[in-house]
This record gives sequence, C-alpha cells and structure tokens, in this order.
Amino acid sequence: MSEAAAARIPEVLRATSISLAAIALALAASAVLILLAGADPLVAYWALLQGAVGDGFALGNTLARTTPLIFTGLAVAFAFRCNLLNIGAEGQLYAGALASVVIGIYLTGLPAVLHIALAIAGGFMAGAAWGGVAGYLRSARGINEIISTIMLNFVAIFFVSYLVHGPLAEPPGFFHQTAMVAESARLPVLYAKSDLSIAIFIAVGFALVTAYVLWRTPFGLKLRAVGESTGTARFAGVPVNRYVFGAMSVSGGLAGLAGTTEMIGGQYRLLDFFSPGYGFDGIAVAFLGRSDPIGVVFAAFLFAALRVGANQMQRTTGLPTSLILVIQGMVILFILGVAVLEWHRRRRRG
Amino acid sequence: MPLLRMERITKTFPGVVANDRVDFAVDRGEIHALLGENGSGKTTLMNALYGLHRPDSGRMLLDGEEVGFTSPIDAIAAGIGMVHQHFMLVPPLTVVENIVLGLKTANARGSPLLDLRTAAARIRELAAAHGLDIDTDAQVWQLPVGAQQRVEILKALYRDADLLILDEPTAVLAPSEVEHLIGVLRSLAASGKAIIFISHKLNEVMEVADRISVLRGGRLAGTVAAAETDPSELARLMVGRDIVPPRRRSSRPGAPVLWIEDLSVRDDRGLRAVDGVGFSLFEGEILGIAGVDGNGQKELTEAIAGVRAVEDGRLDLPGLAPSRGARFRDIGHVTEDRHQTGLLMSFRLWENLALKSSGRPPFGSPFWLRVGAMRDATVRAIETFSIKAPGPDIPASVLSGGNQQKLVLARELGLGPKLLLAAQPTRGLDVGATEYVHRRLLAARDDGMAILLVSTELDEILALSDRILVMYEGRAMGQVNADEVTRETIGLMMSGIASREAATGSAS
Repeated sequence: MSEAAAARIPEVLRATSISLAAIALALAASAVLILLAGADPLVAYWALLQGAVGDGFALGNTLARTTPLIFTGLAVAFAFRCNLLNIGAEGQLYAGALASVVIGIYLTGLPAVLHIALAIAGGFMAGAAWGGVAGYLRSARGINEIISTIMLNFVAIFFVSYLVHGPLAEPPGFFHQTAMVAESARLPVLYAKSDLSIAIFIAVGFALVTAYVLWRTPFGLKLRAVGESTGTARFAGVPVNRYVFGAMSVSGGLAGLAGTTEMIGGQYRLLDFFSPGYGFDGIAVAFLGRSDPIGVVFAAFLFAALRVGANQMQRTTGLPTSLILVIQGMVILFILGVAVLEWHRRRRRG
Repeated sequence: MPLLRMERITKTFPGVVANDRVDFAVDRGEIHALLGENGSGKTTLMNALYGLHRPDSGRMLLDGEEVGFTSPIDAIAAGIGMVHQHFMLVPPLTVVENIVLGLKTANARGSPLLDLRTAAARIRELAAAHGLDIDTDAQVWQLPVGAQQRVEILKALYRDADLLILDEPTAVLAPSEVEHLIGVLRSLAASGKAIIFISHKLNEVMEVADRISVLRGGRLAGTVAAAETDPSELARLMVGRDIVPPRRRSSRPGAPVLWIEDLSVRDDRGLRAVDGVGFSLFEGEILGIAGVDGNGQKELTEAIAGVRAVEDGRLDLPGLAPSRGARFRDIGHVTEDRHQTGLLMSFRLWENLALKSSGRPPFGSPFWLRVGAMRDATVRAIETFSIKAPGPDIPASVLSGGNQQKLVLARELGLGPKLLLAAQPTRGLDVGATEYVHRRLLAARDDGMAILLVSTELDEILALSDRILVMYEGRAMGQVNADEVTRETIGLMMSGIASREAATGSAS
C-alpha cells in the first residue's frame, strides 16, 4: 500500500467508528421503544437479522434492495462532494428507468452484451440530463439546486406516470405498465427466487470507479476543491460553474442507474410509482456513508437489510415495519449529534 | 498596586504549551504593549484574561483580588473590554443600537422599552471626553473602518471598562487614522484606564506604549520600558536572534509583462472600485501598490488574475499564454485571504500544493493523479520553504498562519510564473516569517519574475518595491520611484493627496 493510502487509514477508521457508534446508539434507543411497545428487543432484533441475512433468500432480497440504494447513495454523495445537495435522485431514477425501458423494449435484435450496455448508457445519460437541468439552473442562473431538484422530481415521476397510462402502456392497455424489456436487455440473474441479478456487482463497480474519480483524478480533485471553497477553486483557475454543472450531471447519471438496474435487473417493466423512495433513502445512505463511495456501499446494505428484515420482525413480534424508519432516523440523528460535538470541540480548541 | 496582575499563567493545548508560566501586569494609566510573533501565545494569554478559556495553572489578580472568569460576560462585568481585530458589530444597526446591544441598562427605568436617547447622550459624552468623534445615529455599515473601531472602543467604555484590550488595532487603519487612535489611547490612559495593546509591529509599539512585554514560544521573553529600548532589541526578544532586513539590489527590468491603460473594474456590489488606472510592469522588477485597505487594490489584482471582469480599459499580458487555463499557471497569485481564496483548509498539503497543476506532468495526466509525485513535490516544498509540518498528508488547517502562507507561496512560486501577484503576502505573519517571504520575493525578482506587490504596510512597500503606485478610492494617486520618496509623501498620497502636492507638502 502506498504511503498516501496509508495516511488515510486513521481517518477512515474514525469515520467508520462514528457511523458504527451511531448505528449502535440508534439500535439501543429503539430498544427502549420496542420495550414500550411490549416486545422483547432482543427477539425483535434477532428476527430482524434473520429476516435480512438469515438464509440465501433473505440475503438475496437484501442485496437486490441494496443495489438501487448504492446508486442513489453514490449520486447524493458525489454531488455533496461538490457542495451540492441533490434531492432529485428520485426523479433522476425515474428518468434513467424510462430511458432503459424504452431501449430495452424497442431496440430489439441486438446481442445481449450490446443491448445491456446500451440500456445502461441510456439510463445514465437520461439521469445525467435530468440532473444536468438542475446543474444548469444552478450554474448559469443561480437557482438553488435543492429547490429545483425537488420540483424536477415531480415532473419526472408524473411524466412517467403519464407515459405508462397512455403512450407507453403495454397493449391492449388494461394495466398501467409498459411491456417487458427484451430478454437480451435483461441482466443475468444470480438468484432467481429473490430478483437478485449481477446488478449488485455493477453497483459495487460504480462505487469503486466513483471513489477513483473523486480521489485519484484531476477532475475529482477540482470537483472536491469547488465543494470545499469556491473562492480558492476559482482563484486556482477551476471553471467553477462548469464543475457544478458536471457534478450535478454525473450525480444524476448515477441516480439514473438505480432506475436502470431496477428495470433490467428484476422488474423488467415500468410501473406507476415503482420506486419506494430509493432516491430519498439515498440521501440518508450518503449521509451514513459520510459521502464516501465505499462507505455508501455499506450504508446501502444496512438500510436494505433493515427494510428487508422488517417483515420478519413484524411477523415474529407484531411490531410495525415502520419502526425501521424510526431506527433509520435515529442513525442519522446520532451521526448529526457526533458532527455537532466535533464541531464544538474544534471551536473550543481553535 | 497594578490594576491587573497575571502570575505564572500556564495553558496547554494537546501537544502545545501555549503559555508557559507567563507573568504580566498592567497599571492604571498605562499603555502596555504585548508583542510577539504569531503563535507566541499573545492571544491565548488574552483569551484567558477575557474568560474565553481557563488557564491550567497560575492566577489572575484584578485590583488585588483573585479572579477566574468562565466567560467574557464575567470579564466584562469585572471591567475588562476587548476590541477584537475583526469587529463584533451588527452592520445594519445604528451606532447607539450596537453599543447598547445586550445591555439591560439601556431600558428606561422600569420600562421594557429601550431608551436610546439617554444612551446616545451618554455615548456622546464619553466620545467627546476622549476625542472619539462619532455620529451616534449612523448605521454601522456606512462608517469607515476607523469609525467602526471607535464604536468598538465606545462599546467597551460604555460598559465601564477599566482595562481595555486592543487586538492588532492598527492593522486596518490608514497612517492618519493610526495617529488619531494613538491620541485616543493616550487620552484614555491619562484618565486612568489601563490599556493592553497587542501588536507585532515594532515601530508602532515603540511609539504608543509605556511598557512592552514580549512573548516568545509561549514564554515571557522580557518586559521593558519603551523609553529604554529600541526596535532591534525588541526584534531580538521576539525572534530570539538578530533580524537583518533583506538588502535590495537595483533592478534590471526586462520585457514588459503587464500593460494596463485606463482600467476600470467594479466590485461585488457593482460599484466602480478601480477607476481609470494605468501602469506597466516589467520582468525583474517589483511594483508596489500602496494604499489603505479597500481602495481598489483587491479588485485590481483580481482583474489581472482573470477572476474579475474588466469593465473598461486595456489589460494586456504580453508574453503570457493566451488560453485561460494556461494563464492561471503563468500568473502566480498569493491572494489576500488564504482562507477564502488561497487554500483548501480540510485538504491535505499535497492536494493544496498540486491544485493548480494537477492533471499535467509531472503530476499525472488528465485522467489520473500521480499522488506519489505530488507528495514528493510537497515534501521538497516543506524543506525549501521551511514549512513546519510533520508531513504532506496533514490537512492545511493544522498549519499555523505563517506556514499556511508559506504553502501558498510554495505553490505559486513553484509553478515558475512570469508574473506574481502578491496581495498582502505577509498579513498576519510574524517577523521571522515576514523576513523569509521578503527574501523569497526579492530572490524571485532577481531571477526575472515580474512582481506586483499589494500591501497596506508602508514598511513592506518601501523595503521591496522598485517603483510605487499609490491607490486612493480606485484611482492611481501617482507613481513614484522607491529610492526617491519619503514615508511622509506616500502617507499623504494614501490619504488622497496627489503625488506632486504630497511631495511639496511634505517638503515644506
């Protein structure tokens, strides 16, 4: 390992331990709630664990659910490195899903490798275009990207809704859904019972690439420089507006891939409101992963495990699955708490 | 009995002894200067006095009684006032409102309403007694810096401060305003107030103080009476060795590097900050831009650097690369504010050092960074510029101000630029670091670099420049040859008097 990489180790360990501590504290605090609800926290957590990773089926489900969260988490983290808050991963996900489904259904007769590659490229570009709209509005018109991405979510989601109700509806049009993508556009399945495809490897691969781009390319260095201080970046000759636009576009592209892999990796067709809020969960995932692509992978797995395990917990203890939302919320709160403590300590020292 | 006595004050931070058994005392009616380099412990000592943190050991006696403040509120209640270097004022509020802000006594008796009229009357009384002329109804943002400082002083006096701490009070003032401030401080001392004057400027301290305490490396290097010392002894106490000012050889200007005619530039508020300025700069010379802060120097350098639009006029950079990206490497820019525009504080030293040249050999290609090469270059820079840093992987925020400045300098000089814009290159630096920066700038000039030096420190301008341009309210008040001009002439030009009049004015 290089010296530079070695120098990062203590930092990574610190960030990791903070995230782990926040998770532990959140579980401990939620245990109190479980007790109040009249259940045994240990039983509940054991059921949660069993449901999430207890057998091949559970693990497969969890990994399948991890995939889109990795992409939306990466999207939010990437933008955040440029000091941009992309709340629009949900909309970009719909844009990516739409493009991939269209390519998957209407471009036929291609070899599978090419068809899949086109579907992925199309999904990335559609997401990037949708994120790029917010990036353009921010860099050229000074419009806050938080507001614009929230608004663009509605546009994307309801545009897709319109399409599946009419123009793209599967003939004869009884159901509000598109046709299924061609076989050649589907990702190889890893575990048929749980919708797990090789999309999970693609997601982890993109996380590695994203990490490389951020830490080991001039583009990443300058993008992070813009995120740290626009003044310093501008004075060093970095075209700040172009980087803002670029960061939002790439971020949108990554979110678009969450839609792509849902479409060609398991669902195969576009439905109304098919995403259970992966784009919004991506914000929490990026936060728990401390905006580090590798951290995002683990955070996405944790959030997926919580969601998947929740059903088993409900069956065993009668606790509502929404308790999981409480745990997720508490994880974020405890991380925020640590951040505030750090900030105070640094201030006192300075 | 002294008003304040601090005995054997010790304060450690993780890894640093910021104050090591420091003794310090101030009498009523005394102006006591606290002199020291950055990081010598001046601020820590004053923060302990002002209740911002508690010393580990030692004691403080105020009027003979032992005190221990846990917050500035205690300190203020005990009659200690502090004028910070960065003013703690609310710009849209008026002078009276700022002064009574946070005080219950501003209310009319038994009423929840503010009684600003009575407060204003008392403020005017205080102001008149010490020559602190001020318009109590003006909004603070409308006031020039000197007047804002007077508001800060009045704020302390209004709270019945007996002991006034001023942190680098002259850093933001024009020479004439400095004179005025010194007059005010004398008047305050004469009325029995004790004044602590924090500074790192030797001449100024000699002029204003009765006694001078010098800190070095957290320890008291000595307390001397101003009448019995001289600047070279103070410098020795401060740095621990003799300081030899760098000698400037005569310049041998070469080809023109910068050509400006009738240049106008607007500031962030859209007001014309540079108004029809013209000058030229040649290889191998230093052109000093003198002037009080905020007279268009910042906008001028930013326009030359290519980060601010030129409104009107001509700005030519003959011999420099025409493309925008390459130009940023041809122009070195030591910016005025290293926090906002110089460094990436949470980034590693090597990321900061390679920021401008990343993606080009030897630091890699557009697709990857050669981290090894970037770190090696940083290790070399740490050595050549004697930056105090344990290695290239620490974040820039860990470095002291002087070392951060050296890092900026290492980056900007390391590119081998044809033109160096040095804006306040030694602001906030101590004597040792300043001397070092000056040497590097002169060496770069001797190697043929064209340097535009912007500074509000007249001493610095005079020590380094071959030619001097004085700016006042966005205009060039005139250009003078550094060897033929007096401090007084430049001082007058900085206050807006054109060069010819200034020359005759100071001669008569």
